[in-house]
This record gives sequence, structure tokens and C-alpha cells, in this order.
Amino acid sequence: MDWLDWVLLAARVVLVFGALIVSVMLAVWAERKIVADMQTRLGPRRAGPFGMLITLADGIKLFFKEGITPTQVERPVYILAPVLSLVPAFLAFAVVPFGAGVELFGRRVPFQLADLNIGILWVLAMGSLAVYGVVLAGWSSGSAYPLLGGIRSSAQMISYEIGIALGVVAVLMYSGTMRMSEIVAAQDRIWNIVPQFPAFLIFVTAALAETNRPPFDLPEAETELVAGYFTEYSGIRFAMFYLAEYIHTITVAAVAVTLFLGGWRGPVFDFLPWLWPLLWFVLKVVALIFVFVWVRATIPRFRYDRLMSFGWKVLIPWGLVWVLATGAIVVLPEEIGRDALVRWVAIGAGVTLLLSLIAPLLTRGRAGTRP
Amino acid sequence: MDLIVFWIMAPVSVGAAVLMLLQRNAVYAALFLVLNQFTLAVFFVLLDAHFLAAVQVIVYAGAIMVLFLFVIMFLGVDRREALVEPIRGQRGLAIGLGLLLAAGVVLAIGLGIGLARAPGPAPGGDNIEAVARVLFTDYVFPFELTSILLIIAAVAAMVLARRKARGLPDLADEAPAGREPERVP
Repeated sequence: MDWLDWVLLAARVVLVFGALIVSVMLAVWAERKIVADMQTRLGPRRAGPFGMLITLADGIKLFFKEGITPTQVERPVYILAPVLSLVPAFLAFAVVPFGAGVELFGRRVPFQLADLNIGILWVLAMGSLAVYGVVLAGWSSGSAYPLLGGIRSSAQMISYEIGIALGVVAVLMYSGTMRMSEIVAAQDRIWNIVPQFPAFLIFVTAALAETNRPPFDLPEAETELVAGYFTEYSGIRFAMFYLAEYIHTITVAAVAVTLFLGGWRGPVFDFLPWLWPLLWFVLKVVALIFVFVWVRATIPRFRYDRLMSFGWKVLIPWGLVWVLATGAIVVLPEEIGRDALVRWVAIGAGVTLLLSLIAPLLTRGRAGTRP
Repeated sequence: MDLIVFWIMAPVSVGAAVLMLLQRNAVYAALFLVLNQFTLAVFFVLLDAHFLAAVQVIVYAGAIMVLFLFVIMFLGVDRREALVEPIRGQRGLAIGLGLLLAAGVVLAIGLGIGLARAPGPAPGGDNIEAVARVLFTDYVFPFELTSILLIIAAVAAMVLARRKARGLPDLADEAPAGREPERVP
């Protein structure tokens, strides 16, 4: 690596950082607009065209607001907590490839900050560190509602981390690599969402819970906990939590696009060939974030016990089953040959069909007698 | 480069460990332990053990320490400290066993210096593949044994926690009086 490589790397870091901040701005605006539209409201419309600058206005307001520090707080941790939730959210994006790369000054510049060989594990690691911001904010506030929010969220995030990991494991078994660039390369014929659809559902559901997005926003459920873990925060520190949450959402969407939707893959035309992959990537991320917002506007918040039983009794068992099935899908064709596999699957499907036809006949007498 | 990182992280690591011991507040102690484990992950990266580094962060810093914090917060962190030994003679026993452990570590390092070889590059090139190969071939039996052990522990914890639900007396109620340690004002 000579100095030019370092300069290019620094430029990419700054660009990604700036792009993330700007996309948070747009995402908050878009979310408010979309939700407003779905609820037949107008939404923000004063600042800028279509109210687009609403987040900027909010940001400036929060920045200049007095940061109130309650007397009961555990000061060092109270100040550390927003930073701890912001930093992993940014760092997780480092391994996401957001374009095919470009030739610049006679060398290939990949559109990715770091192509680690542990790739996806890096994302998981940063996700597991993000819990600290929430938990410590809840504890250090020295007040009942934040503490409840913090305890809830630590339990929730740990539980759903397993769900995320299971979705990821299925994909990397299928792709045979943890390197993000190779996962994208492995989807050159078909996007992973087709053969790995159950893993996609598991990953996205768990990811919504992990990022505290509605309908899983229990750590900050305003009807129960005032505002959850950040009740006692104001001004710039509150803004950091807000920013972290949205960056986390964008990162999760970007990771989901990379793992399941072919990453930056898409048709490339002769005009500016390096721009198209970037464009496809951004479009896919935007589409996924739209789905997240849609879910928020549609599904009411979970009750806490249902959240837990859904995570542990539905998501994780089915995740395990799907990992097992993926293992079979990957290994069996190599072991027994494709023809034999097709024959056995056909026999299995036939037997299952027969059983499902016969089973109602045998249990008919007992139907409806359940207490 | 490696040396620079090592000499920056090593004092942080040792300092975090020492500070963890000196903290009176359980939450701060847990936080310093997290910092210590994070520096360990950096050392793993320096040794080209990327997979271990990731696992170190995900499992220890990310999951186990969060559970620690969870328990500490659930039990309610009392900012005063119990100055009564819950177990009689604990202090003397702890000092004795600690010295024994320290002696053992010093002895092991003393004997080991000079014997250790720098690990060569992992066979097959990729560190992850090498770990997986070893884990699922040579060490598959200890690996599975560990997982059985963990399942036993988890099931045992659940059985103990559910005693009340099955109409059995709670273990906490059976404990001798004075479950709350006396506090020195």
C-alpha cells in the first residue's frame, strides 16, 4: 500500500460516512411521509420541498438544545452510552460492498471499505455490541422507566441475535463463504432470496427486532415506558440515539440486500458502467426500507411475552430446521448424486401427500373435542 | 505495525483488568471486563486468528457480558457494597488459591519460554476453513461434549428456576435467614 491507496481509503471512509448521514436524513423524512400517507395525513411539508429538510431542521434544533443531565444519573456511563450505540452502527457498514468498484488512477478501487475474510461475522459482532448503548443508557439514567426499557431490550436483542445468526448461517452455508464480496459473486445466476426464502424471512424479522424497529420497538414503547431507555436523554445525546437507530436500520437493509437480493447486481449499460451497480444497490436498499416502514404502519406493537415466545418458540426452531435443510441441500447432491436426490424427494413428497390425505380420516372423531 | 498495536493495546488490556478488580460498582467492573475482552479480540487479530477475534467479540463481549449486565441490573445494583463475607473464611481461602494459581501461571510461562514456536500460516490458506476442519474432525468429540455440558447446565438452570411453578418450595426460601447480607452503614 502506498500513499495513494491510503488517500483513496480515507476518501471512501469519508464518503460512506457522509452518505450514511445524508441517507438517515432522507430515510427519516421518507418514513414520516410514507406513514403519513398510509394514515391519510399530510406529514411534514414546511421545511424545504415536500418537507424534505425536516430532519435537518430537527437536527439543528436538537444540536442547539440544552443537554439536560438529571441529578440521578451515573455520569460517565450516561455520557458513554449514546456513543456506544452510534459507533457500532457505523462500523458495521464497513464490510458491505455497495458497488462493483471503479478503475481510478490505474488501480481498482472496490466500493467497499474492508473486504474481511470474516465479513458477515463482523456485522454480527457489531450488532452484538450495539446492545450496550441501550442497556447502559437504561441503567445509567437512574430512573425506573429507562431501566425497564434497558432490561427489556437486552433480553430482546440477545434473543433475536440468535435468529439473525441462524438466517446468516444458512446463507453462508449455501454460498460457501463469509466474505461479503464472494457472497455477492455467488449470486451471479440467481439471487439468494429464491433458494433461501425462509432464511430471508427469518433474517428480516429478527433484524427488525434487533434494530428496535416497530412492531418490535418494545424498549421504547411510549404507551408503557414513556420513551424507554432514552427517556432521560435530551439535546445532542438524544439525537445520537436517533441517528444510531436509523443507521442501524440502513445497515441491516444493506446487509439483507447483500445476502439475499444479489447485492449490487443488476443490468449494466455502457454509459458510466461503474455507476449502475451503485444505483441498483441504493434502489434495493430503498425498496427494503420501504418495506420496513410499511410493516411499521401496518402491524401493531407486540406484547412483551408474545415477542419472547415468538423469538424462542417460532423463529429459532424454524431457523434451526432451515439450517439443517440447507445443509442437506448443499451436501446431498454431492454425496448421492442429483438424480437419486430428485427420486427420494419425489418419494418423500408423495408419502407426505398420502399421509396428509389419510390423517384427517383417522382423527375425524376427535376433532372439535379440545377443551 | 503489529508491534505498535500490541504496545498500545497491551497496557489498555492490563489496565482494564486491574481496574475491573478495583471497581466497587458491579456494572463498572463488568464494563472493564468488556474492554478487556475487546483488547483480547484485537490480539487475536494481530495473530491472524480473525475467526477467533470475531467469536471473541460476538460470544464474550456481545452475549455473555450482556447477560452479566442483565443479571446485575435485574437484581438491582445497590450502590453500597456488602462488607460481610457471605462464606466464612472466604478471604483467606481466596488469597491462598489465588497465590497457587499465580504460581502455576508463572511456572507454566517460565517453563514455556523458549519452547513456543511462532505458528505458521494455517494449512489451506484460510483461517476459518482451518478452524472448521480441525473442529469437526480431530476435536469433534470434545466439541460435542462441551455442547452437551452446556445443554445440561441450561436445563438444570431451568429446573431450578421452575421449582415454584411446580409447587416445590423455592430454594431461596429454604436458604438460612439473612439472605440479604447485613449492610454496614
